[in-house]
Amino acid sequence: MIEIDRVTKRYGTTTVVDDVSLTIPPGGVTALVGANGAGKSTLLSIIGRTLRPEAGTVRVDGLDVAKTPGATLARRLSILRQENQVAVRITVRELVEFGRFPYSGGRLTREDLDHVDRAIEYLQLEQFANRPLDRLSGGQRQRAFIAMVLCQDTDYMLLDEPLNNLDMRHAAQTMTLIRQMAKDLQKTIVVVIHDINFAAFHADRIVAMKDGRIVADGSPQSIITPGTLKDVFEIDVPVHEVAGRPLAVYFA
Amino acid sequence: MAIESTAGVLIRPRQQGFHPGRARTTLAILGALFVASVALFMTYDLKGSLDYALELRGRKVAGMAMVGFAVAYSSVLFHTATHNRILTPSLMGFDSLYVLIQTLAAYFLGTAEFLQVDVRLRFGFEVLLMLGFAALLYRWLLGRGDRDVYVLVLVGIILGTMFTSLTELVMRMIDPNEFTRLQDRLFANFSTVNQDLLVISAVTIVAVTALSWPILGRLDVVALGREQATNLGVDHERIVTRALFVVAILVSVSTALVGPVAFLGLLVANLSYQLTGTFRHRYTVPVAGLLGMVALIGGQFVLQEFLSFQTRLSIIISFAGGIYFIFLLYREANR
Ligand SMILES: Nc1ncnc2c1ncn2[C@@H]1O[C@H](COP(=O)(O)OP(=O)(O)OP(=O)(O)O)[C@@H](O)[C@H]1O
Ligand SMILES: [Mg+2]
Repeated sequence: MIEIDRVTKRYGTTTVVDDVSLTIPPGGVTALVGANGAGKSTLLSIIGRTLRPEAGTVRVDGLDVAKTPGATLARRLSILRQENQVAVRITVRELVEFGRFPYSGGRLTREDLDHVDRAIEYLQLEQFANRPLDRLSGGQRQRAFIAMVLCQDTDYMLLDEPLNNLDMRHAAQTMTLIRQMAKDLQKTIVVVIHDINFAAFHADRIVAMKDGRIVADGSPQSIITPGTLKDVFEIDVPVHEVAGRPLAVYFA
Repeated sequence: MAIESTAGVLIRPRQQGFHPGRARTTLAILGALFVASVALFMTYDLKGSLDYALELRGRKVAGMAMVGFAVAYSSVLFHTATHNRILTPSLMGFDSLYVLIQTLAAYFLGTAEFLQVDVRLRFGFEVLLMLGFAALLYRWLLGRGDRDVYVLVLVGIILGTMFTSLTELVMRMIDPNEFTRLQDRLFANFSTVNQDLLVISAVTIVAVTALSWPILGRLDVVALGREQATNLGVDHERIVTRALFVVAILVSVSTALVGPVAFLGLLVANLSYQLTGTFRHRYTVPVAGLLGMVALIGGQFVLQEFLSFQTRLSIIISFAGGIYFIFLLYREANR
């Protein structure tokens, strides 16, 4: 379970996450949506302890993320950032292998290598495995980073816009993979997503943020309505029902 | 060459991402070069009393090896800790600060008194101050995430120039006769290195290296960036602070032995990344270390045997390193 308790983050005098409390029970996919600058990445980074809040606490499985040793947390909680770049020259496989660092400390066991192979296979990176990251396309690189997080094999996964740069097929496959992991392996996955329809299709729950606060929270059916979308995004979006799910037509 | 195909992966399913072959070859070649340069330096054209000559040369070689290794190791650690490959401790003013501290101490204690203080005590005191400087630099400058490299270069140049000018100022206030004595001691050259200092340096280098070797694996993760390191369970701040402390100590050692050696670290560290083709510290550190030692010992040998000391080695290194520094800045600007 992830328990976010009255978390506040400020930059100077601007409050970008404003007294947010939220509980995410184990298992399932929670989609975090909201406009640019709503505070989604900030909140995710705070849960993933890469950012310190001014106030409030976050517990994962009862462990305070600000106080628990990093090495312990790294085996329970992983975070994929919105922007990923590494300064050093590194191949896809090397990067994915680093996902096992919390377990192996750099010396890969047979089991670690199995995880690496599987992650590379899931993200269809076999043919790029030995290529340096800086010689990949944006989407291929994004998949390499997803594979690394996958390889970390944690119960809790925080994914900040994992579909960045992905084509239709890989976006759909990645979301399907995420949903399957939640279902089959009881993983708890929080995913920031801009395409609300992907959220409708794959998430069990949608949490909407606006100006640093949570303004809506519920099942896809209850959130993807013209009324709620207007509240959150300040545009009129007609919603149709397609294949038994809400589909927001927000293109114009 | 690794086979970049699905087939290649299938044939060798247990293949790992990092292939140390090239790095290991580099290490072996440099190891051999190191042994050769030491052997040459020690035995070439030996004349007169064998014992005496060997002892003298042995001392020189030991001093140069220590300086070469300390400069190289500290530069690689500094690069990773600051997430850039251009700045070195020397370029951030570390070694000029060391000289300034010594000069100030001599001024306030009086040169004669200063030189009478046990060299171990002086060294220990210096190291403490250098650690303080590293901590301050980290808090003010390096700890705040991704600083612009150019800002850091600028700050480094300003700090270095300031420390050097202050040193000159203080030296001018010291009595000229005493000043000469002091300068002899402060800017030791390899032939006059104090025996006690050699011993402390050796002990310090061995101890610091042994203590810091276990963090090299985590430094690989630090090289991926602060957030990524945190995600992977590495305490970025702690590892970086530790690395910078090691840097401060190693700079103290090398500066105490020969004074500032500008650009040597920059040169050997970057050469090491290129030769090994990796950022893994278990390889870049020893390769850079060997490069540093070979450059000093081999360079000194060539200079004294074939060019009969026409120029000083440090000048050649500064010249080559300076050009390389400009090249790196240029490349960075065009990225
Ligand atoms: N380092 C920073 N300094 C100052 N303000 C910041 C900083 N980082 C983020 N902000 C501000 O905090 C707010 C929230 O940013 P955040 O990255 O969490 O938004 P987001 O919801 O993830 O948006 P997006 O959909 O564009 O990724 C934004 O208004 C942003 O300008
Ligand atoms: Mg964001």
